[in-house]
Amino acid sequence: MTVIDTQNPDVLAEVAVAADEPAAFGLIGEFDNVDDIIAAANAAREAGFKKMDVHSPFPVHGIDEAVGIKPTVLPWIVLLMGLTGMTTGLILTTYTMGVWQEPGFLPVNFEPYEYLISGKPYNSLAAFIPVIFELTIMFSAYTAVFAMFLLNKLPMLHNPLLKSERFRRATSDRFFLMIDARDRQFDAEQTKAFVKDMHGCRAVEIVDV
Amino acid sequence: MAAIHPGSTIPTVETDNTVDDPRRRAPLVTGGLDFTGVTDTVARVATSKPTRLWWIGFVILSFMALGFFSFIGYLVVTGVGIWGNNQPIAWGFPIINFVFWVGIGHAGTLISAILFLFRQNWRTSINRFAEAMTIFAVVCAGMFPAVHVGRVWFAYWLFPYPNQMGMWPQFRSPLLWDVFAVSTYASVSFLFWYTGMVPDIATLRDKAKSRLGQIFYSFLALGWTGSARHWHRFEKAYLLLAALCTPLVLSVHSVVSFDFAVAQLPGWHTTVFPPYFVAGAIYGGFAMVLTLAIPCRQWLGLKHIITMRHIINCAKVMLGTGMIVMYAYSIEFFVAWYSGHHFEQFVFRNRPLGNYQFGFWLMVWCNCVGPQVLWIKKCRENLFWIMFAAMHVNVGMWFERYVITVTSLSRDFLPGSWAQFHPTWVDICWFICSFGLFGSLFFLFLKFLPVIAVAEVKTIMPEAHASHGHGEHEGHAKEAEEPADTASQPSPPADDDTTQPEGA
Repeated sequence: MTVIDTQNPDVLAEVAVAADEPAAFGLIGEFDNVDDIIAAANAAREAGFKKMDVHSPFPVHGIDEAVGIKPTVLPWIVLLMGLTGMTTGLILTTYTMGVWQEPGFLPVNFEPYEYLISGKPYNSLAAFIPVIFELTIMFSAYTAVFAMFLLNKLPMLHNPLLKSERFRRATSDRFFLMIDARDRQFDAEQTKAFVKDMHGCRAVEIVDV
Repeated sequence: MAAIHPGSTIPTVETDNTVDDPRRRAPLVTGGLDFTGVTDTVARVATSKPTRLWWIGFVILSFMALGFFSFIGYLVVTGVGIWGNNQPIAWGFPIINFVFWVGIGHAGTLISAILFLFRQNWRTSINRFAEAMTIFAVVCAGMFPAVHVGRVWFAYWLFPYPNQMGMWPQFRSPLLWDVFAVSTYASVSFLFWYTGMVPDIATLRDKAKSRLGQIFYSFLALGWTGSARHWHRFEKAYLLLAALCTPLVLSVHSVVSFDFAVAQLPGWHTTVFPPYFVAGAIYGGFAMVLTLAIPCRQWLGLKHIITMRHIINCAKVMLGTGMIVMYAYSIEFFVAWYSGHHFEQFVFRNRPLGNYQFGFWLMVWCNCVGPQVLWIKKCRENLFWIMFAAMHVNVGMWFERYVITVTSLSRDFLPGSWAQFHPTWVDICWFICSFGLFGSLFFLFLKFLPVIAVAEVKTIMPEAHASHGHGEHEGHAKEAEEPADTASQPSPPADDDTTQPEGA
């Protein structure tokens, strides 16, 4: 642990400079077509970069393999929540419409209500299907949306990449290879040269935190 | 464009993509637009100042929407006597309008979900505003049954929640199924719409010039940066949503039809109702899509993205579903005769010949006769005739619901309880004002949100695929592995098998 001599003005100035100097967040290389960005992502992955990503205005086919993205777990979460929705619907309808032995300790709010209508059976599963079905869909669809955003760590209202003027075209017509500064192999100068030499690379920029 | 002989590769600026040439895919984005062009075309609408036309339209529609809510206020302080509803016609305008509006919504979900699963690429240009139409139509639809319960302040009793009265809703009732179906449909459609829009809102965030606009879009875009990892999950979620919305949309109008079909009333108690209602909903919905798309593409300068091919495809879907609706009309009459059911036969004789024959024949004219002009190719390629057909369907589908609801109720089993239905001025004005609610929401959408699914449209452009692999060349797209020489050019060149024109 270094002890800072707070009496010495020279040392203080040095500390201030070090604090002002922003750490790099990552490096972005700009490309303008699909072929080049796929080739660039492949090259970076083969060079051993792990913490990297591609930013594109639309989903690019073949980019998952190039970046090395594993299939998402999302469909399983949706299936699980869909089944939960179905069970909820089943319990809600059959319990509240049914005739049950009163357990005695339930408050009146949770007691089932027996509707006798045209002598129809209390437990009429066929008539409950629409409600069960809609709840299944509701649970799964909500999960598909919210789980997708959460797995993507969105909403993320601060992202250093958005500070780059150049990066604004990532949602319009440019493709960016992003190499994270936290990657073991990341070295500002060498990585910059590596990306700069890639085919079709239009610009390289180091983004600060 | 007519001067180009078949097979010519001379690019033209005004591409005619309505011709079907089996040797190549018709381009869905014309006018020489590349990725930048598509972004700018759509972002221009949101980043520019509202035009005078927009203000005039918006102010008028907002006043109508205000009128809509004023009528609800009038209802609350006065009572349901302000409507023409009576005994036995207890459903009247609120339910007719509900079915009318919720039906319109179905075309939006059909375009966004079902056509997505069927890989109909042309849907990408129109799905965004068709979905917006769905949501605003469902907003209008939801208002009517909510206030039709009479004591509006107890509308929350429709939902199952543990309460001190020890009551639960009646889960065997189709009206309660409706509560679940419509609320699921409204909220899931909204999520589907918003999820699909997040990447495009991010586009607007990056294009916005004003500080307020940047904050507004940043907030809605949730920090979207187009990361490949995000796209991967996004596409999966989108596919799952499409797969979930497909049975959902079919179930919603089926459940709406159960409101009628489960009742014992002659003219309602029919098994054909669910498919008949779904087909009718899509028929009416596509008419509304066309009614909105044709002026919008003109005003917002989107003719190169919503091309003539898109309009013609919608017209064809409308024509097709119209045939299903006509078939359902005739099968209803056949079954009434074939069933040998005295009351059923009476109701179906009463419809064309009885006290509501005006409504019935108007429905037949608008739904079965007018739109048939679209069989003629010349009419199908002419915006006037497409609008002509769509307007017929808009009117006809409202009258269809009128005929179903009112004729059956007014002439039930006992002649002693027969009555005539007379809509009051409140009924009529309230219905007209619901267009104001729909329209003002739609105007806000047109101005402030991405009208076109920008990201999705880009995926269907030939440049979006590696090595331009498309059409018959898809098989050996991989062999062009050596670096393409398109890197330094802002837009890729049109190669042999693309009709994408280059430059203007």
